[in-house]
Amino acid sequence: MAGAEGDDSLYPIAVLIDELRNEDVQLRLNSIKKLSTIALALGVERTRTELLPFLTDTIYDEDEVLLALAEQLGSFTVLVGGPEFVHCLLPPLESLATVEETVVRDKAVESLRKISQEHSPVDLEVHFVPLVKRLASGDWFTSRTSACGLFSVCYPRVSSTVKAEIRQHFRTLCSDDTPMVRRAAASKLGEFAKVLELDYVKSDIIPLFTALASDEQDSVRLLAVEAGVSIATLLPQEDLEALVMPTLRQAAEDKSWRVRYMVADKFSELQKAVGPEITQNDLVPAFQNLLKDCEAEVRAAAANKVKVFCENLPEDSRETIIMTHILPCVKELVSDTNQHVKSALASVIMGLSTILGKDNTVEHLLPLFLAQLKDECPEVRLNIISNLDCVNEVIGIRQLSQSLLPAIVELAEDAKWRVRLAIIEYMPLLAGQLGVEFFDEKLNSLCMAWLIDHVYAIREAATCNLMKLVEKFGAEWAQNTIVPKVLGMANDSNYLHRMTTLFCINALSEACGQEITTKHMLPVVLKMSTDQVANVRFNVAKSLQKIGPVLDSSALQAEVKPVLEKLATDQDMDVKYFAQEALSGTCPLISLTFKHTFS
Amino acid sequence: MGCDQIDGFSASDSSWDVTWRVSFKCACVGWGGGGSSHDLTCRTWPHGTPRSSSLQASQRRPYRSFSQALKSSSAVFCVLLTATAWNCAIMASPYLSGWSKNRPPSRGEYNVYSTFQSHEPEFDYLKSLEIEEKINKIRWLPQQNAAHFLLSTNDKTIKLWKISERDKRAEGYNLKDEDGRLRDPFRITSLRVPVLMPMDLMVEASPRRIFANAHTYHINSISVNSDYETYLSADDLRINLWHLEITDRSFNIVDIKPANMEELTEVITAAECHPLQCNVFVYSSSKGTIRLCDMRAAALCDRHSKFFEEPEDPSSRSFFSEIISSISDVKFSHSGRYMMTRDYLSVKVWDLNMENRPVETYQVHEYLRSKLCSLYENDCIFDKFECCWNGTDSAIMTGSYNNFFRMFDRNTRRDITLEASRENSKPRAMLKPRKVCTGGKRKKDEISVDSLDFNKKILHTAWHPKENVIAVAATNNLYIFQDKIN
Repeated sequence: MAGAEGDDSLYPIAVLIDELRNEDVQLRLNSIKKLSTIALALGVERTRTELLPFLTDTIYDEDEVLLALAEQLGSFTVLVGGPEFVHCLLPPLESLATVEETVVRDKAVESLRKISQEHSPVDLEVHFVPLVKRLASGDWFTSRTSACGLFSVCYPRVSSTVKAEIRQHFRTLCSDDTPMVRRAAASKLGEFAKVLELDYVKSDIIPLFTALASDEQDSVRLLAVEAGVSIATLLPQEDLEALVMPTLRQAAEDKSWRVRYMVADKFSELQKAVGPEITQNDLVPAFQNLLKDCEAEVRAAAANKVKVFCENLPEDSRETIIMTHILPCVKELVSDTNQHVKSALASVIMGLSTILGKDNTVEHLLPLFLAQLKDECPEVRLNIISNLDCVNEVIGIRQLSQSLLPAIVELAEDAKWRVRLAIIEYMPLLAGQLGVEFFDEKLNSLCMAWLIDHVYAIREAATCNLMKLVEKFGAEWAQNTIVPKVLGMANDSNYLHRMTTLFCINALSEACGQEITTKHMLPVVLKMSTDQVANVRFNVAKSLQKIGPVLDSSALQAEVKPVLEKLATDQDMDVKYFAQEALSGTCPLISLTFKHTFS
Repeated sequence: MGCDQIDGFSASDSSWDVTWRVSFKCACVGWGGGGSSHDLTCRTWPHGTPRSSSLQASQRRPYRSFSQALKSSSAVFCVLLTATAWNCAIMASPYLSGWSKNRPPSRGEYNVYSTFQSHEPEFDYLKSLEIEEKINKIRWLPQQNAAHFLLSTNDKTIKLWKISERDKRAEGYNLKDEDGRLRDPFRITSLRVPVLMPMDLMVEASPRRIFANAHTYHINSISVNSDYETYLSADDLRINLWHLEITDRSFNIVDIKPANMEELTEVITAAECHPLQCNVFVYSSSKGTIRLCDMRAAALCDRHSKFFEEPEDPSSRSFFSEIISSISDVKFSHSGRYMMTRDYLSVKVWDLNMENRPVETYQVHEYLRSKLCSLYENDCIFDKFECCWNGTDSAIMTGSYNNFFRMFDRNTRRDITLEASRENSKPRAMLKPRKVCTGGKRKKDEISVDSLDFNKKILHTAWHPKENVIAVAATNNLYIFQDKIN
């Protein structure tokens, strides 16, 4: 029957539609994610007249469902009949733009911005702009905050009378009663300024910016700082001093530390936006003040920007500015009372050496590095050590090595295992820069000591570290320095140390190559198959599987296979399991190579 | 007394009448045999005061006018009952008949809007500590859309709740008939898209966010900042600042925990954000002092910018001095100029510009000074009374014992004692002023100090922000009183 055939194909769609309001959120979510399938089955006409009205009122649902819906609707244009009918999507998105959950609202606004591009200029004025106005004059602040993000997408494409209206609406929102709306307006001010004609930027945006930057709410003022940066990029140089700088100067000296923090945080963007002249006259003193701020959070944010700020200074006067203005402040920060400030500085201070060159680095920066290497806070020392490469390029690491060593040793023996973990991760880098001799002499014993640390994470990191060192220094070095020590641990009375030997072998076999693995490592592994601790035995099985690819076929066949077969009959369940795993993992390899040698 | 005269109350005649009362008897608030504790739908009150039939009809009024009325009058306020084992947030919204912006409200009738279980009892396995479900504080958020939002907290965990109305239901399934029978999947000839149809108004409460694991000690206060994006929460030794949308992180702004706990001499008892200035908050201590902090000055507010303390009168010093001077509640006036603190025997109003003494002091129940010893023995001396301002800051209210509550008119300096009890408050009855006999001969209508019932205490009171309507929680009853309307 022809009809029955058609019905059959409708069934899955029918299920999807019914599940749009299933009690299980996950099923509803799945259904919403397949909304395009439903719409396709319904056809453009019914999608417009039935599905969308239903969705418009479905705003009671869980956030994740609404979020998925808002996202889907952004790419629904084709399913409602193309750009001609795109305005049908506005009602559901409008209702989603008023829900209280910010992520949903933001997604709805994102989708609205997306489909605004698919409106013809006429549709934009007839359908889209009225929606923006409705949202902008809505009763609840949720709708007004959403409106703030929509002005900039319709402004460039509408007639001049509508443009005037849009500017008026934006002005109103900037002086809204609720701080939420003013915050939304402040955060979109820069974006809106970009689409405005320059004259209007000067006549409209600047007063709004000034007003928001002196808002009574800290949270509004701090968003105005960011807007100020975007506005500054739009204005010609000659207007900056009069229109933007007074407000920004005031922000840098704001009573609230959060606003000053924002200025410090955006400082490099600001520097780029205002150009070299204002930087030299205004920003340098402002930056000095931020580095000396009474609030540690502000100092830390400013300290983070030291390198970028100095890098972007005009080349001709860079060195003088740094030496006379910035460096004195930096020197003070090295002995700051707050450890976050010091560690922020430590993460960038090494970068200054490339800017200042060898002589200045040795004379001025080196004492600071050395002081920070002796800092009481491990994070500061770690940050210095992690950035050694910058200094290495300029003055060579030898200058530092005398102080470096005690710092490293102290970190390596820190009581906090996270600190030990962090320094281990820098070891390969340090080894590369300090060279093999220095390493063998001073650091090798540390790397070995970590292998018997009482924290597993450290032992694990230490094995990984050995592998990286071997990659750096080569197999021969490994055979002479590391391998004997590692293999020595196989006879340790502590089974955890014996297991560490196996983990090391797993990590090192590939880097060391076939010869060392077969000659030196394999016998040890095989010997350990008779260990009395089951954990060691099943790790032998695992290790054999792991190093199998490195070994040659005769060794596999003659030595590995019998041991694995023996382990597969072990009385311990886990040992049996892993031995069988290893056999099935390595045996194809065994049989293949076997065939190969005998054919 | 007309409705236009809403600032202040008349102390000469007790013009407060009972409009509504809800009894929290076991049978009333329990979740019933079948109802799960997650049952969040609106319930009708099984054993409340008798309601007129018109009131019940009002529940089916179209929802749009309902929420509009709520918006125009802001007539939603909260009362928290902690005396009962069932912790419920209650929204009382006025019965709408004749309620509009221009006309004075008719004699109000109130119905329970929604009840829900906010917290469940928990057990902290790491500290072997039982965490009660008892709610310590409720705070409303500024309204952002048709729904209402509130923060509620027990000792450890703060939750953000949404209370919303639903009046539409989707109808029409593809695989089911109207009466719920399954259809043969092979006989579907066309697709049906569900249609939304009106239904009876349903009120739902849903948890939106859970702010947990930030307090080592018991949370005593939560307060929403005027920037509408942050709030603070205070426990005995620390105050944290949260963002309303971020649950996994909070900032510690005050920490008074000494390095050695044996040196501990005071704890934080209450904290509140300034109603207008987003950077200012205060916290009170068990020593009767209040500290005002400015969040602009530094990220950590361990150093206060103002310190309010009244010098102690050496003549009245006793063993109990420190206990009774502990502040149990602190509230900013709506104007932001004053703040009020409640200690055991008095209410003090402070001008934020004057730190050395309060501008006004009102005695709540001075007659108890002679009974402190027995109040100490039965632990009543540690009761935490709250206090509140009226909408125009011209009057204040706080609770006492024996189901008495006190109101003070700040302009006329007159005060009144009223009683919230079942016996003498029939619906629409007028409240009589009560008087406690303080020694000497007892006059008619007076009550002797010795016959006061200390188990009947009024700890929580609330004043409507715009109207002269108050809510008073007396042990397991909630009373709503309204200014008399001619």
